[in-house]
Amino acid sequence: MIVERPRDLALKKIAAHGFMLGFLALILFPFFMIVSISFREGNFATGSLWPENPTLEHWYLAFGLDYTRADGTVVAPPYPVLLWMWNSIKIGLIASAGVLALSTVSAYAFSRIRIRGKQGLLDGLFLIQMFPTTLALVAIFAIFDALGEVTPALGINSHLALILVYLSQITLHIWTIKGYFDSVDTALDKAAEIDGASAWQTFRYIFLPLAVPIMAVVFVLSFIGVINDYPIASVLIRSEDQMTLAVGSRLYLNEFKYLWGDFAAAAILSGLPITIVFLIAQRYLVSGLSEGAVKG
Amino acid sequence: MTIADAGPGPSETHIETRPWLRLAIVAVLGMAMLYGAFFLYQIAQPLFGAILLAVATGFVVIFGANRFYGARFIFPGVAAVLVFIAFPVAYTIWLGFTNYSSFNLLSYERTIEVLTSRGTVDPETEQPFAVARDGDGYRIWLPESGLLSEPVTLAVEEEAVTLAPAEPPLDLLSPRDAIKLRAGLQSLTLTTPDEIDLRNAGLRTFASVTPDFVRSGEDMLTRSSDGLVLIANHDTGFFETPDGEPVPPGWRVSVGFDNFERILESKGVRGPMLSIFAWTFAFAALSVAGVFAVGLLLAVILQWEHLRFKTLYRILLILPYAVPGFISILVFRGLFNQNFGEINLILEALFGLRPDWFTDGNLARAMILFVNIWLGYPYMMLLAMGFLQAVPQDHKKAAALEGASSLRVFFTITLPQIIPPFLPLLIAAFAFNFNNLVLILLLTRGGPDIPGTVIPAGETDILASFTYRLAFQDSGQQFGLAGAITLLIFLVVAAISYANFVAMRRAAAKRSGR
Repeated sequence: MIVERPRDLALKKIAAHGFMLGFLALILFPFFMIVSISFREGNFATGSLWPENPTLEHWYLAFGLDYTRADGTVVAPPYPVLLWMWNSIKIGLIASAGVLALSTVSAYAFSRIRIRGKQGLLDGLFLIQMFPTTLALVAIFAIFDALGEVTPALGINSHLALILVYLSQITLHIWTIKGYFDSVDTALDKAAEIDGASAWQTFRYIFLPLAVPIMAVVFVLSFIGVINDYPIASVLIRSEDQMTLAVGSRLYLNEFKYLWGDFAAAAILSGLPITIVFLIAQRYLVSGLSEGAVKG
Repeated sequence: MTIADAGPGPSETHIETRPWLRLAIVAVLGMAMLYGAFFLYQIAQPLFGAILLAVATGFVVIFGANRFYGARFIFPGVAAVLVFIAFPVAYTIWLGFTNYSSFNLLSYERTIEVLTSRGTVDPETEQPFAVARDGDGYRIWLPESGLLSEPVTLAVEEEAVTLAPAEPPLDLLSPRDAIKLRAGLQSLTLTTPDEIDLRNAGLRTFASVTPDFVRSGEDMLTRSSDGLVLIANHDTGFFETPDGEPVPPGWRVSVGFDNFERILESKGVRGPMLSIFAWTFAFAALSVAGVFAVGLLLAVILQWEHLRFKTLYRILLILPYAVPGFISILVFRGLFNQNFGEINLILEALFGLRPDWFTDGNLARAMILFVNIWLGYPYMMLLAMGFLQAVPQDHKKAAALEGASSLRVFFTITLPQIIPPFLPLLIAAFAFNFNNLVLILLLTRGGPDIPGTVIPAGETDILASFTYRLAFQDSGQQFGLAGAITLLIFLVVAAISYANFVAMRRAAAKRSGR
């Protein structure tokens, strides 16, 4: 570590790089494979990593366009991928905005406002945040099934119902933002107090502008959490045109209708934007993650 | 959990400029919620009504009274947590004490409605009909018997009119337009000159319909076919014949600990439950151990001062984390496919192997662990890189000077220093994997099935996915049983959650004590 012999060091370097390259080959194999499959003819795996007769058929179908094969047959898209994507993005944006608003205000209150019983609430929050919403799937189904008889807008198959359930994510994020507010110097509040600011004004004009970076992190994390949800959406959404990406994508790999090639193109199309956003934001996300809990 | 202002704070310096505006808004919203609660109560949803009432009361008190100024900030979050997490979890567990399932789906009133609306069509009297326009209303024309009805509106609930012989009307609606009036036609009773009541018996016909069940008293229905009196059994949630034979559909009743007895005592349920329980723990523990080991190893290598291309390696290594999980899992589902998956093609070309990834229980479990470690190691790697940087360099240098090998330094100096801050995150990861529904549902759906069970249970099912399958797939929507199992999961998660709480406290105490 301190004194290394040059030969040992060179050997170690080769071993380290060799290990890394081998590991990366294993890890990145699915990515290469899925790109190759999306350009391959047909829906079954045959042939090499480099497709012999590359075709854009699966890509046309993923974008919702008819594809005319060389022999004149027209193939129609099997599923409305772009519609699902729009559903996912819409639900993700609205739910994340709600989560962000609720958790920022709560986090400020937990961090700064003196309330009797706050420690108890905080402990309760910490304990309850470990309970996943999926634990309540049966009740969620029963509740929205019953509410659907009051108004279909809140029933099974409604996006609004799904968004309401996703608001339960706030437990994780209150924690993340609170950690950030706790690190803000209390001298700022004192100064605001002396100037006669109310708690709301202190929040609105001092804490909110300071919290923009952590709020961006929470928004992205919450958005990713919503997009990735399968269990809740699969219980609440029934019809094909209301589905989110996660629920819809599963239809491609049905035992009776196995559309491997079409799935590959649709997966890249829908996965790429989120991946890019995540990679751009990752430096900021990492700090937010270690404060909060596991990505889910 | 009382929420109130205490002591001096920003709240006391609060001077409001327009209190009347706030009070007006609070009043309007409060009234709206009260109306909603009343409405829910009226349509036989008293539970939801009560919840809305509680929210409304809390809202009006906290936003109406000035002394609760501080609590206003906490109210939305706490209300959301209570309504969206605490209530549904409690409700699920309560359902575990009922027989809620596809056979006992309805309320008692709805069950009677469904049973009494069933009828048997008398084929002798069945005849086609046509609808004729008559000013604003309609008349029903029965061509076979040459009868025409009095005018009807087809817009109100339950209409009854008489039929009389007449000439065929001229202005008949097309069958397609007649079908559009179905709702009105179904609640119409036509009485023939012979005093026979005809009702809509299909899309195109009217006939004499005898109800299968007639309500003959409190908790009693008479079956028309054999004249038997069915008595409502409020313990089982079914109408029963005198011999005790239930007549579906039934309604939801509380059944006490029946579901729990089924889990503990029925052999066909207990056997698979035990194996699922064991696998859930094994899966969560092995996943956490796997991602921790792989993540830490990679972090240590990436931290090595002599390594070049660190940034590139780091970006490529976190790729599995950046791709949405459901896509990666489905990609693996395809790659591992036994017949046309790329993994088996490669294995066959290299070693002549074709493992049954989805039909052999142990191979399926190995596949699940592999995929889960692939998905989860980047998170642990990122965390480990942060914690490794916090380990003081001079400790390591001192050990190295004493002649300790780098492996020894790692296990005696580095690891003991990063485990305590890591512990809460590892516990959280355990809890997350304990309920990792997305992975199981998208990869194997719990399969392959364990042979010889009463309820469908798979070799790779974890408790959460088993519950999901009981409630929402191929086994008759056994919500009650699913709720009972949820209580079991709840207890485990509560234990983990408390352990995490203690670990977090200790880590915090250690930090502040330093």
